[in-house]
Amino acid sequence: MSERKDGPSRRKVLKGAAAGLVTAGVAPTIFTSSAHAFRNEPTGDTVTLGFNVPQTGSYADEGADELRAYQLAVEHLNGEGDGGMLNTMQPSALKGEGILGKKVAYVTGDTQTKSDAARASAKRMIEKDGALMISGGSSSGVAIAVQGLCQEMGTIFMAGLTHSNDTTGKDKRRYGFRHFFNAYMSGAALGPVLGQEYGKDRRAYHLTADYTWGWTQEESMINSTEALGWETAETVKTPVGAGDFSQYITPVLNSGADVLILNHYGRDMVNSLTQAIQFGLKDRQSNGKDFQIVVPLFSRLMAQGAGENIKGILGSTNWNWSLQDAGSQAFVKSFGAKYGFPPSMAAHTCYVQTLLYADACERAGTFDPIQVIKALEGHKFDGMGNGPTEYRAEDHQCFKDVLVVRGNENPTSQFDLLNVVQQVPRSQVEYDASIFGGDLGPYEV
Amino acid sequence: MDAIFLQFLNGLDKGGAYALIALGLTLVFGTLGVVNFAHGALFMLGAFCAVTLRKLLTLEMVATDPEKVTAWGTPLEIRTPYVEAWFGDFGAFMVDFSVPFSILLAIPVMLVIGVVMERGLIKHFYRRPHAEQILVTFGLAIVLQEIIKHYFGANPIPQPMPSAVGGAADIGAALGMDPNVIVYPWWRLIYFAFSVVVIGAVFAFLQFTTFGMVVRAGMADRETVGLIGIDIDKRFTAMFGLAAIVAGMAGVMYTPLLPPDYHLGMDFLVLSFVVVVVGGMGSLPGAVAAGFLLGILQSLASMTEIKAIIPGIDQIIIYLVAVIILLVRPRGLLGRRGVMES
Repeated sequence: MSERKDGPSRRKVLKGAAAGLVTAGVAPTIFTSSAHAFRNEPTGDTVTLGFNVPQTGSYADEGADELRAYQLAVEHLNGEGDGGMLNTMQPSALKGEGILGKKVAYVTGDTQTKSDAARASAKRMIEKDGALMISGGSSSGVAIAVQGLCQEMGTIFMAGLTHSNDTTGKDKRRYGFRHFFNAYMSGAALGPVLGQEYGKDRRAYHLTADYTWGWTQEESMINSTEALGWETAETVKTPVGAGDFSQYITPVLNSGADVLILNHYGRDMVNSLTQAIQFGLKDRQSNGKDFQIVVPLFSRLMAQGAGENIKGILGSTNWNWSLQDAGSQAFVKSFGAKYGFPPSMAAHTCYVQTLLYADACERAGTFDPIQVIKALEGHKFDGMGNGPTEYRAEDHQCFKDVLVVRGNENPTSQFDLLNVVQQVPRSQVEYDASIFGGDLGPYEV
Repeated sequence: MDAIFLQFLNGLDKGGAYALIALGLTLVFGTLGVVNFAHGALFMLGAFCAVTLRKLLTLEMVATDPEKVTAWGTPLEIRTPYVEAWFGDFGAFMVDFSVPFSILLAIPVMLVIGVVMERGLIKHFYRRPHAEQILVTFGLAIVLQEIIKHYFGANPIPQPMPSAVGGAADIGAALGMDPNVIVYPWWRLIYFAFSVVVIGAVFAFLQFTTFGMVVRAGMADRETVGLIGIDIDKRFTAMFGLAAIVAGMAGVMYTPLLPPDYHLGMDFLVLSFVVVVVGGMGSLPGAVAAGFLLGILQSLASMTEIKAIIPGIDQIIIYLVAVIILLVRPRGLLGRRGVMES
């Protein structure tokens, strides 16, 4: 009868179990913040950011302006140039020494304003170029698609121009953050101004781009105008990129409506507004009142496309270069000196998003996306235009003042196209995060 | 009733554009046998003739005001158009009427572009399959639009119509109805009249001139015309140039209705091919008739009352009608036997 020599003794089992318990239970509580492995952790002396903007397609000019802003942000983060908003951002952990001591580098992708192309270029930047953060976009459809991809890949997405309620509503994601305002805020800001300017007894006819942004914009405008006492005469969906909207405008003439709300953006807005003016709607009388046209989302780049037709038209915008706060002026000065013209609102939001991400990394003391997300959630800041701002933790939507603007009747330059009618306070455009549904999802992916 | 009348008017100007593009496409197909997918690009290039002329007419003298600075710290620029500085009111008139004046620029420019395109590229594909013709002309269209985007940017560039015709005509009042019931933009009425005149001129040219007679004979029987010693190729090259001019003029006059961008041609291309197929490949009257028919149907289908019965019908009406017509008349409305048939 022999004794087993190679089997585990009771002492060995107890030692092993103790070591296992320590590894599984105690060690993580000590090392979690620094030892959590994450994709594309920078190992050299640079950190790479991925800027995914439309470089071709109908939003290419907007994408080019976004790219200019990203390049300026990278310069400022690396301590080059005059520092721009690094000098005005409050609070700020940024020192102009890159991010966490690493020089900022960047790669770019072309979204083509197509969801599949945008996802492919974002994936390429994450997998092949080692991008730690993705930012950009000029369309809500694209932003939602890329945001979903970033959630799957555990990469932070700092959205550029996206205005649909869905981006931080039903399609919100833990890894996605939006500084730009949304359709609900446009409606909430515009509604009272429309009431003051055009009265409480109006009938509105909506022409709406037939995709996620258009639907939420229309819904928000209906809610805010009906709350004023306005009636909704008709809502008509128009195909994106229709070009000639005349067949949708002619029914407006005898519809009994006295306001036309164009829930269009980009080329569609330029075309539908131009054609509505040609049909004499702006000079028309209906129900004994002057007929009015409203464009809920304005952009200076688009206003340039619409030319003279923009004059006197009310709308809302996220930011305008004419704002006089220190942050806006610092950004306009840096951008104008570098490029010779003022930045667009798309450029502004992209610049701010890049700085906010860098600042969050500095405050978190790590590039670990989970810690960076936690640093961004609920973060309050000022000095970036639009007054005090908060990244709401519940839906990753920024809350700040919203601008109601009117097409300038007497522009002093080719860039002086929008007059700020009212800076609507943040409290007026805030809403309960639960109204649009959705789920942020987990930190760990 | 007012709504139907308005949509009918709407269909006429839209149909005018379709008919003009389809007419050029059919001229090229009928004479050279080439399926030219770059024809939409010719429409776009015509529109950019108007953009170019306006840019030239509005070139500005730039002076700086040292006492005023921009928000980014550079001296404020004061800009004055040269034309207005040199010619005063006449200069302002030229700028105001830049779109109609652009026709004078578009005719020679488009003729040269058309002839160069035909001699330089398309003639090498006459005896190649239609699929290869489509590929090469589609590729050419993409190259042309990318060139335009490079120089003019991606955003639409608005082209104002002359201020004298900037408003809307009160057609209802002219017909003895209440004012402001049926109003329609002057420029759209002008565009319809313009398309009728151009189409009429092309038909008259083909019908009543010796050159046109030879071309028609060549379209019917190329070999026989060649056998009697006529160089039909030269005349067909001229027809390509004529088709380019028609597309270019259509593009120029359309700019106040739709601010042009580099993608303008592609927006019209597919619809125009549907128009050609519905009208009957190679049939000039068929192309014109189908252009107006589909334009009017597309407008009527956009009426709220019709969309309430069949939602989304405005998006598919053209293709639905095309399917029905091709099922009933496989050669299209006025198509000839033997064209595109093996």
